[in-house]
Amino acid sequence: MLAQQLLNGILSGAVYALFALGFTLMFGVLGVINLTYGFYFSTGAFIALYATHYLHMPIWAALPFAAAVTGLIAIVIDELLLGPLRRAKAPELSSLMVTLGATLLLYSLMTAWFTTDIRRFPPAVFDGGAFEIAGLRITLSQILIVATTALIVGALALLLQKTRLGLAVRALAENPDAAQLMGVNAGGIVRLVSFISGALGGAAGVLIGLNYNAIQPYMGEAMMLKGFAVIIVGGLGDIRGAVIAGLVLGLLESVTAGYIASSMKDAVGFLLLVLTLWFRPVGLFGRVAAKRA
Amino acid sequence: MSEPLLKVRGLALGYDRTDAVKGIDFDVHAGGVVTLIGANGAGKTTTMRGLSGLLKPRAGSIRFGDREIARMPAHQIARLGVVQAPEGRQVFAEMSIAENLAMGAYLEKDPAAVARRRENVLSRFPRLGERLSQSAGLLSGGEQQMLAMGRALMADPKLLLLDEPSMGLAPLFVEEIFSIVADLKREGRTILLVEQNAQAALEIADYAYVLESGRIKLHGPAQEIADNPEVASAYLGM
Repeated sequence: MLAQQLLNGILSGAVYALFALGFTLMFGVLGVINLTYGFYFSTGAFIALYATHYLHMPIWAALPFAAAVTGLIAIVIDELLLGPLRRAKAPELSSLMVTLGATLLLYSLMTAWFTTDIRRFPPAVFDGGAFEIAGLRITLSQILIVATTALIVGALALLLQKTRLGLAVRALAENPDAAQLMGVNAGGIVRLVSFISGALGGAAGVLIGLNYNAIQPYMGEAMMLKGFAVIIVGGLGDIRGAVIAGLVLGLLESVTAGYIASSMKDAVGFLLLVLTLWFRPVGLFGRVAAKRA
Repeated sequence: MSEPLLKVRGLALGYDRTDAVKGIDFDVHAGGVVTLIGANGAGKTTTMRGLSGLLKPRAGSIRFGDREIARMPAHQIARLGVVQAPEGRQVFAEMSIAENLAMGAYLEKDPAAVARRRENVLSRFPRLGERLSQSAGLLSGGEQQMLAMGRALMADPKLLLLDEPSMGLAPLFVEEIFSIVADLKREGRTILLVEQNAQAALEIADYAYVLESGRIKLHGPAQEIADNPEVASAYLGM
């Protein structure tokens, strides 16, 4: 029973981590809290749904397809909403308001189009069966969730820490002026980061859709609240913090559901959030703002 | 006389409703050191931001070689070889010294060229070499200035823009920084030096412009400017 709870916790934790990763990357590099991020989660799930239903893609192909398309959508949304604000050097609050308004609009459009009915992946997606490992039943889609998350987290860490492009991304995050003086094309990096963030959000949406097999437009909103909790607990803008806090939240939720009450499950994240803000406001890995002039 | 490497005409810059630089002309010839001196708020740093493309000019032209760069984005100006060590150092504090230097050579794709430049920079600033893996944020102000200059040199600039390299530094560091600028000059680098420390700047420069409230008030060979009684009383504390 404990093992099963832990497995469930790791699965949802992996998706939280993936989702929070895109959110924190967007904040860390672009310096904006982009509330449309939850919309990418729903978008990814819907694109995968249509790709499997109508294009008859297998899920392992539909997942990267949905992530890539969502990434492209994220570039467009970022450029339309936040491009003008960046150019005008508008205060951070304006980006919050603009993305809040856009989020309401985007969800309304999505609901108008798809209704709020819960949709499911075609059964063929789940063909492939399940494995028994040490008495635990693990399905292929669960393996896909963990493998995708591990792969993406590893690839992103490698990109940011070991490549020239990653160096430019970190430089732009830290000091946009100095980065441009060194020849970094800020617009290009902004688009790259928008794409990666959108793709991460989209991929997380596909995986959650797969895990619960329930897809509807507002699924991104519930996730957004948890995403906020995760990135604040992990430390705003911190990649490692987002991954660890995501996994911790997933595990705590499933243990709570298993041993206390499943109705308490959704409260865990916010309890964690409040405790973090009380005792360590910069988050697990957040650095105290102490930049030298 | 040959065409200047950098030719600025009628350059005007500002923020919102304020005009910080009100139409200035100046030249920098290849292989020379030109200094732009003036009090706080005279428009020196604003001019530097305009040259680098971080601030779009309101009017005027900036020619670098045979290219007009006044309306070019900052990263393309850097690509042409105009590289700035900005005011306040602006090192990447959360990155290591090695990563800061790597960022300086961001546009150079040949690893052998990067390695050569790195060796050159580390022999010029041995302190940096001792602590390559340390975060730049932990360095002292003087060391950060060295890192900012080293980072700019990693780009092997055709025109090096130094904005207030001695600002806020202990006297010993000021001396060291200026001796490095003098070395760079001997090696034939073209430098535009913006300084509040007019005395030190005038000793090193070939030619000087005095900026006052966004206008060029005086210009001439550095020695003449240093001997000008008006400059002496206003900027040299004599």
